[in-house]
Amino acid sequence: MKSTVWQRLDLVARNLLPVSFTILLIMIGMLPIRPPDASAIVPSMALIAVFFWTIYRPDLMPEWAVFLIGLFQDLMAGGLVGLGTLVLLLVQQVVKTQRRTCINAPFLLCWAIFALVVVGAQSVAWLLTCGLHLRLVSPMPGVFEGLLTLAFFPPLAWIFARMQRLLLR
Amino acid sequence: MKDRTFSVLRLARPLRAWLQRFAFLSLAGAAIGLMLLARTDSAVLDSARMAVVDAVAPILDLASRPIATVRDTIQGAKEMAALKADNAELQARNQRLMHWQMAARRLEAENLALRELLQLVPDGPETSVTARVVTDAGGPFVRSLVVNAGERDGLRRGQAALTGVGMVGRVANVGLRSARVLLITDMNSRVPVVVGPQRERAVLAGNNSDRPRIEFLRPRVQVNPGDRVVTSGHGGVLPPGLPVGQVETVEKTAIEVEPFVDLHRLEFLRIVDHEMPGLLLVPEADG
Repeated sequence: MKSTVWQRLDLVARNLLPVSFTILLIMIGMLPIRPPDASAIVPSMALIAVFFWTIYRPDLMPEWAVFLIGLFQDLMAGGLVGLGTLVLLLVQQVVKTQRRTCINAPFLLCWAIFALVVVGAQSVAWLLTCGLHLRLVSPMPGVFEGLLTLAFFPPLAWIFARMQRLLLR
Repeated sequence: MKDRTFSVLRLARPLRAWLQRFAFLSLAGAAIGLMLLARTDSAVLDSARMAVVDAVAPILDLASRPIATVRDTIQGAKEMAALKADNAELQARNQRLMHWQMAARRLEAENLALRELLQLVPDGPETSVTARVVTDAGGPFVRSLVVNAGERDGLRRGQAALTGVGMVGRVANVGLRSARVLLITDMNSRVPVVVGPQRERAVLAGNNSDRPRIEFLRPRVQVNPGDRVVTSGHGGVLPPGLPVGQVETVEKTAIEVEPFVDLHRLEFLRIVDHEMPGLLLVPEADG
């Protein structure tokens, strides 16, 4: 009886891993690790995580988890609360419809699809920012963030894939 | 009895299916609601924001210390290499500054004498708190940073954040042990300033680029590249005379200002409490 409780706890902990690891990644992204001359733009860890887990383990990345991740990121970032959350929720819905193409695709194709998702997400975020502030904001920081996010996708996807194989089964 | 539980279950099942199907819609609706709430500058959202930052700031603070040490070491090694050239340049600069110091001493004495003659009301006392920058990475459309000092250290909303060189921004939200500083480059930042030797009043408005712009300058006022921009103290929140930057380019459509402080590499900030009894026009953050 005792072991089953522990087994159940262990399973819960493992199943919470995608969400908790994403929160951890967002916090790591906020640390001043970058070289001193680089500007304060960091890749969107949440976007990569939501994309990956929605494709491979949608059961471990439900809507409410995406909402919580987005909310945490928005509250920490100090921008408009809810904007990043909405973008992440939209990304999840779009990726859900394309799951089947991605899951069997070679990595490069998956990366290309992710690139399209990043373009879409950054455009929506930029348009919403402009719309809510009623003024034209330079889109360049969004472009840089998108490019950085794209560059960080392969290593993070590799880590996620290993995690899935070792811990989630 | 059995019938009733059965009917409840039968009712609950479609409800759950409905909830699952509409999870996205309801959560997206919640996100949009939050966005609109955020636009109205709600106090509830402010305190939620600072509660989260307060909870995470100590972790980030702890984790960023070794990183700062490594960075300082690398920086130190780089500086060692340029030691000789730096020394020669500093000696030359020292000569020039000695000259300026003499001029400043003379002007200070003169200023004091004139103030006494005019019986000028002195500015309020100024106290300051030094705080470490914990994180400066917001989203792509935000220019702000978090420092590891908050309400318990005496920080209040609206106070100015400086380095030794000039103004960085002002305190936007205050938590118990952390605070968010809105940089002068953020698109929501407006700082009352005076420009140039004529001390023309204007507003320095951020636009999310590295160079904020001068707005609300009187028409036909001559502003030249190199003119100094300092805070005016109008509005009674920021102390007057804080150096902000210098005019970089003057065009018909926009006057751009280069901040004195390199906003990409901030480690410590001085948060100035400029006490002006009875003149505080900014409402307190939480009643």
